[in-house]
Amino acid sequence: MTMKLKGWALAGSVLAMSAVAHAAPPSPTMLANACAGCHGTNGGSAGPTMPSLSSQSKAAVVDAMKKFKSGERPSTVMGRLAKGYTDSDFEAMGEFFSKQKLHVTSQQVDAAKVKKGASLQEEHCNRCHNEDGREGKDETPVMASQWLPYLQMQMELYQSGKRKMPEKMAEKVKPLSAGDIDALLHFYASVK
Amino acid sequence: MTLDRRSFLKLVGAGAGAAGLPMIGRAAELMPKGAKRVVVVGGGYGGTIAAKYIRMMDKSIEVVMIERNDHFISCPFSNLYIGGILKDLSPLTIKYDKLAANHGIKVVQAEVTAIDPAAKVVTTSKGTVSYDRLVLSPGIDFRLEDMKGYDAAAMEIMPHAWKAGPQTVLLRKQLEAMKDGGTVVLSVPLSPFRCPPGPYERTSMIAHYLKAHKPKSKIVVLDANPAIASKGPLFTKGWKDNYAGIIDYRPAKKVTEVDAGKMTVLIEGLEDVKGDVVNVIPPQRAGQIAVAAGLVGDDKNWCPVNPNTFESTKQAGIHVIGDASNAGAMPKSGYSANSEAKICATNIVALMNGKELTDMSGINTCYSYITDKEAVSVAAVYAAKDGKIVAVPNSGGVSPADFSAAKMEAIFAESWLKNILTEMST
Ligand SMILES: Cc1cc2nc3c(=O)[nH]c(=O)nc-3n(C[C@H](O)[C@H](O)[C@H](O)COP(=O)(O)OP(=O)(O)OC[C@H]3O[C@@H](n4cnc5c(N)ncnc54)[C@H](O)[C@@H]3O)c2cc1C
Ligand code: HEC
Ligand code: HEC
Repeated sequence: MTMKLKGWALAGSVLAMSAVAHAAPPSPTMLANACAGCHGTNGGSAGPTMPSLSSQSKAAVVDAMKKFKSGERPSTVMGRLAKGYTDSDFEAMGEFFSKQKLHVTSQQVDAAKVKKGASLQEEHCNRCHNEDGREGKDETPVMASQWLPYLQMQMELYQSGKRKMPEKMAEKVKPLSAGDIDALLHFYASVK
Repeated sequence: MTLDRRSFLKLVGAGAGAAGLPMIGRAAELMPKGAKRVVVVGGGYGGTIAAKYIRMMDKSIEVVMIERNDHFISCPFSNLYIGGILKDLSPLTIKYDKLAANHGIKVVQAEVTAIDPAAKVVTTSKGTVSYDRLVLSPGIDFRLEDMKGYDAAAMEIMPHAWKAGPQTVLLRKQLEAMKDGGTVVLSVPLSPFRCPPGPYERTSMIAHYLKAHKPKSKIVVLDANPAIASKGPLFTKGWKDNYAGIIDYRPAKKVTEVDAGKMTVLIEGLEDVKGDVVNVIPPQRAGQIAVAAGLVGDDKNWCPVNPNTFESTKQAGIHVIGDASNAGAMPKSGYSANSEAKICATNIVALMNGKELTDMSGINTCYSYITDKEAVSVAAVYAAKDGKIVAVPNSGGVSPADFSAAKMEAIFAESWLKNILTEMST
C-alpha cells in the first residue's frame, strides 16, 4: 500500500499531461531483460567471449555484481553498469538468471584435453565447482557449457593478479600446470 | 492477395461503414483480427525485439510484424565494412524466418503507408491490418528540406550510408576507387541524430582505410556541432595516436547545401568544401510513417512517449520505440532500441491483461572502433523519474582515457553484435 501511494505521488506531475498509471518498481524480468542485449536472450550467450548468465546461481550473480560495483573485480564495462543498481536489484537479477535453464553450447573443444580435465576436476575443483560445474558452492559460479574463450580470459585475469582468486581456490590451482588448467577449462566448456 | 469485388465489400463493409469512411479505394483487410493483436511496424533493432518479447510474455496475443524488406542489415559494424575490415555485409544481415517460427510471429513483408488511430487500422501495400495496440519502430528518415540539393540522385553520388545496405556498399566502392592523395569529406548534422558516436567511428574507420591503402589522402570532417558529440576525449586521443595528418576535424561547420555536380558541400552559404568522395550525413527525424501519423512533438522531429509504456503522448494505442522516439536521456542507438522494445513489450502485455504497469529499467551501451583492434564504449543505466527517463546518477560513463581496455573491448564488441543480432533473429 505504501509503495502504491508513493508511486501515485511520483506520477502526480505527469498525470496532468497524460494518463500515466502508477507503476510497480522494476521486476526481476524488467531488470534482467536489459542485460540480454549483451548476454543473450534469458542470459544464453551466442558470442564466445561474452559469458552466459542463464542458470547462474543467484549468489554468484550477486557476488559478481557487488565486486564489479566496488571495483574489486576488474571489468571493461560491468563496473560502469553495476553502479546503476542497488543490492536488491542484484538479488532480483540473480533470481531471474538462476531460474533460466542452462544454455548448452556446442563449442570447439579438444577431446584429449576434455578427458584430462575430467580426471582432474574431481580432486581439484569439485569441492566448490560441483556437478561437473553445473552447480557451485555458495557464490561459486556455474561453469558448465560456459564459453571457453571467456573462461580462459578469466583464468588469465586471476593468474596475472588482476582478478583476486579466492584463497582456497588458489591453493588448488597453484600446484597445477598451465596444461592442467587449460584441460580443466576445456572440460567445463564441454559439459552439456 | 486477390479478392473479387464482392468478397472485398463483404470484408470491409461493416467496419468501414461504422467508421464513416468511404468504401471506395479502401484496401482489403489482409488478415482478420482475433481477440488480441499487436501490430509492430519495422523489423529492425526495436521492432524485432518488441514482437519477440510480447510473444515470450503472452502467447495469447497475436503479433503481426510488418517490414518493407525481407531481410535487415545492421548499421552497427557497417563502419567496419566501410573501413575494409569486414569483407562483406553478410555478418550484419538477418532474416526473419527463425524469429517467426520460434515465437509464432506473423511477419508480413509490406510497406506501411497510413495509420488510422481512430479505427485502429494500418494500411499497407498489401492490404489493411487491424490492431488493438500498435508499436512503431520505423527508425529515421532524412530532413532533406534542411540539406538543399540533396535529393535521391545526389545520394547516389554523395552517399549517406546512414541506413545500411546499398548506400554502405556505394561508399566503400567510392573509397576504393579514389586516387591516393584524394580528399574525403564527411558532414555531421546537429544533434540529436541516429547514433551519436557513429560519425566519429565512421571517421576513424575511413582514416584506417586511408592509412593502410591511400596514405597520401585525408578526411575532412565538417561537424555542425560545437564539438565531437559523443566520447569526445576518446576520439580525440584515438585520432591523435593513430591518424595524425589524416583527419582534419572542423567543429561548428554546418553543411546546409550540396552540389553533387561539383562534388562540393556548402557551409551556411559561406564556404565551399570539395571532396573526391563526399559522405553526407543529413539531419534526421522520425521515420516518415510516424510523422504522417501525427506522432511527432513540438520539435516536429521526434515522437514524445510515456517513459514506462512508450505509448505516444499524441495518440493513444500507438507506442513508439527506437530512434523515432524521444526517450529522454536514452540516446538513439541499437542497444537503446533493444532495451526500449522490452520495456514497451512488458507494459503492453500488462495493459492488455489489465495488470499493473512496471517502472522501466533500461541500458545503453555503444562500442566504437578506433582501429581494427581497438574499441571504446559508452554505457549507462536508465530509470523513470518524475515521468521522465533519466540516467541513474553516478553510474555509467566511458572507457578509460588511456585506452587500457580498448583491445579487450574490441573483442567484447564482436560478441555483443553476435548476441544482439541473435536476439533479433531467433
Ligand atoms: C553507421 C552507424 C553505426 C551505428 N553503430 C551502432 C552501434 O555500434 N551500436 C548501437 O547500439 N547503435 C548503433 N547505430 C544506431 C542503430 O543503427 C539505430 O539506433 C537502430 O537501428 C535503431 O533501431 P530502430 O528500430 O529505431 O530502427 P531500424 O533498426 O532502422 O529499423 C527500422 C525498420 O523499419 C522499417 N520501416 C520503416 N518504415 C517502414 C514502413 N513505413 N513500412 C514498413 N517498414 C518500415 C525499415 O525498413 C527498417 O527495417 C549505428 C547507426 C549507424 C548509422
Ligand atoms: C555492454 C555489454 C554488457 C551488458 C549490457 C551487460 N553485461 Fe555483464 N558482462 C559483460 C562483459 C564484457 C563481461 C566481462 C567483464 C567485463 O569486462 O566487463 C560481463 C560479465 C558479467 C558477469 C560475470 C559472469 C561470470 O560468470 O564471470 C555477470 C554476472 C554479468 N556480466 C551480469 C550482467 C547483468 C546482471 C547485466 C544487466 C544488468 C549485464 N551483465 C549487462 C558485458 C555486458
Ligand atoms: C574453494 C572453492 C573453489 C575451488 C576449490 C575452486 N574454485 Fe574456481 N571459483 C570459486 C569461486 C568462489 C569463484 C568466484 C570468485 C570470484 O572471483 O569472485 C570461482 C571462479 C572460477 C572461475 C571464473 C569463472 C567465472 O565465471 O568468472 C574459473 C575459471 C575457476 N573458478 C576455475 C577453477 C578451477 C579450474 C578449479 C580447480 C583447479 C577451481 N576453480 C577450484 C571457488 C573455487
